[in-house]
Parts: sequence; structure tokens; C-alpha cells
Amino acid sequence: MSLIAAAAAEPTFVVPVLLLDISLLALLVVVAFAIVRMRSLFAIVMLQGVYSLVSAAWFVSLDAVDVAFTEAAVGAGVSTVLMLSAMLLADRKSTPVPMRRQLGALAVVILTGAAMLYAVGDMPAFGDVNSPANTHVGMDFMRKTAEEIKIPNVVTAVLASYRGYDTFGETVVIFSAGLGVLLLLGLNGNAGRWEAKPNGQVIKDRTAPSAAHADDARTIDQKAEGET
Amino acid sequence: MSDPETNFGRDPHVLLRVISKFLIPLIALFAFYVQFHGDYGPGGGFQAGVILAASVILYALIFGLAEAKKAFPPRLIRYGMTLGVLLYGGTGVVNFILGGEFLNYSNLAHDAAHGQHYGILAVELGVLTTVTTVMIAIFYAFGSRQPETSDEDW
Repeated sequence: MSLIAAAAAEPTFVVPVLLLDISLLALLVVVAFAIVRMRSLFAIVMLQGVYSLVSAAWFVSLDAVDVAFTEAAVGAGVSTVLMLSAMLLADRKSTPVPMRRQLGALAVVILTGAAMLYAVGDMPAFGDVNSPANTHVGMDFMRKTAEEIKIPNVVTAVLASYRGYDTFGETVVIFSAGLGVLLLLGLNGNAGRWEAKPNGQVIKDRTAPSAAHADDARTIDQKAEGET
Repeated sequence: MSDPETNFGRDPHVLLRVISKFLIPLIALFAFYVQFHGDYGPGGGFQAGVILAASVILYALIFGLAEAKKAFPPRLIRYGMTLGVLLYGGTGVVNFILGGEFLNYSNLAHDAAHGQHYGILAVELGVLTTVTTVMIAIFYAFGSRQPETSDEDW
């Protein structure tokens, strides 16, 4: 069943919502192209935050509030900050890659995109009651949560109880991510044996972390604290 | 410690500092709302953990990493990361011991639904602990390795 035919058969689409969805998706495309064309890594990281925020808005429009919440908190919030702090260890600008070396990547992207567009025809329509997600085990969760777990939010019931193994795995993944970062970078910087070359300038600083002040007494105080 | 007399007029971030000092407790409070309201509305341990970590990270961004490390000491991180996973897995082990399946919380209370409630609460608390501390850990790990960023550096 093609997407257009399904939409015509079930006129459940609300026009303002549809327009909102289309404009949000268009905004996503615009932001994605802006990211591709940028050179300043700072602007790219900020635009990635914007991208996450727009996707979160789109998820809200799709009634997936839990996903939207996660996307806004993780994508727009924490990962922007983490990308910023990772970027500070590297350079501020990306070096342009010559067009010749981008052709292979372009071919892969076009092929994948074409395959996905081809597959769209087999997808169930949005909100289709007969779609696999709405007929098999999903309906069981919807029915049984009310009597077995008795909490209103089915998403939490599925996440923490019915699919508790998955969430346990996710928690272990996060734990191992933190473990890896701690093993590689450590919590306390470099203990003075540190040198970085952002933008060509060489920085050697015993007490790397400090406040936003550049030149006042606070920095000196903190340096004194760091050395004792 | 900074002296407000000498800093006055020289600190370009005074607005940021004042506003975030007001906002940070609210963000942390909101994280706990998301955590304990996860059964009834959107949210849960993961989102709450990220929001709670974001409040500490915001504090570090505005007031400096050294101050943030005083507020949330790095030694808490190792305990928090492991305790969260242990709390999650331990809930499953308790289910084992009580004669049920791993992570089937129904036997945690006399009523199966109540048992599920307690189980979900414990498990989400584990997720919250791990996510919060790991996010802060990653931020501390990256943040500790760079010198301060001057305003001209951008």
C-alpha cells in the first residue's frame, strides 16, 4: 500500500498538523545543509543543538513526548556541551576536504537515500491501525499495562518493566562509556603534563580548569589552590 | 574567592551568573520531578539524569570547573556510576532470591502491581544515578584537559 493511497483512504490527517510537520522537516533539511556548508566548528556544534531541538519539536507533533523529551535533554542539551568541550581540545575550524575525495561519500549517501525512498512504499501509513507496531505485541503492552502495572505512562512500563533487560543493557552501555572516558582521559586532567595547540598557539598550563575570568585575581587564587 | 568590589563592572558575565544562580536549583528540582513523575507523565531516569547533570554542567560553565568540583566532587563519580548499575542489576537479583524471574518485579510486594511500582522506582533510580554521574564524568574529563577559554578565543 503506498503512502499517498493510504492517506487518501483514511482522512485522519489534520491539515495544520501536517503543515507543521512539513515545515519542521523542511527546517531540519535547511539546518542539515547549513551544517554541511559550515567551516567553524563552534557554529556547527550550535547548529547541531538547533537540529536536535527542531527534531524534538517534531517528535512532540508526532505525539512521541518521551522521545522528544530525551532528544531535547540529550541532543540539544548535554551533547552540545560535550561536543563543545571536545572541540576545545581540537581546532576551531575544520579543514575543507577536496571535492575529489567527497565523491565516494556522495555516492554512498545517494545510494542509501534511494534505497530508503524505495522502501518508503512498503512502510505502513502514519497512524495506521493495522501496522505491525499497532497489531502485535504493542497492543498487548497497551492492554496489559493497565491491569498488570497500573501506571498511566505505558512508555515507562515498557521501558522499565516489560523491556527491563534492554534498559539494563542501556545503563551498562552508559556505564561503559563513562568508564572508557575516565580510563582514557582521567578526571583530573593531566596533572600538569599538558600541552595543546589550538589554532597554532601552544598552551602549557599547570592548572588547566578555571573560571571564565581571563585576567583577574580569581584566576590567581585558583592557581594557588590548584598547586597546594 | 572573587571579591565583588573589584569584580564589579569588569565581569562581562554578571547577567549570566545572576540568572543561572536562580535557574540552576530550579533545573535540579525539575530533574527530580521528571524522575518521580515518570510513571505518570513523560520522563524517567534517563531524562532526569541528563537534566540533573545539565544543572551541574551549567554551574561549571558559568562559575568555573573548580567551583563545580567543589559542589559535585569527582570522587562521587566512581561510586555513582557503579552504584547505579548495581542498583539496577541488584533489583533483578532480589527478584531472583524472592523466587521470581530476573527483573520481574511482581514479587517485590504482596500485590503484583505494587511490586512493579517499587521495581520501576528502584530501577529508574539506578538509571538516574548512572546517567547523572557519567554525564558529569565525561564533562569533567574533557573540561579538565583544557586551559581556560578567553573571550577572544572564539
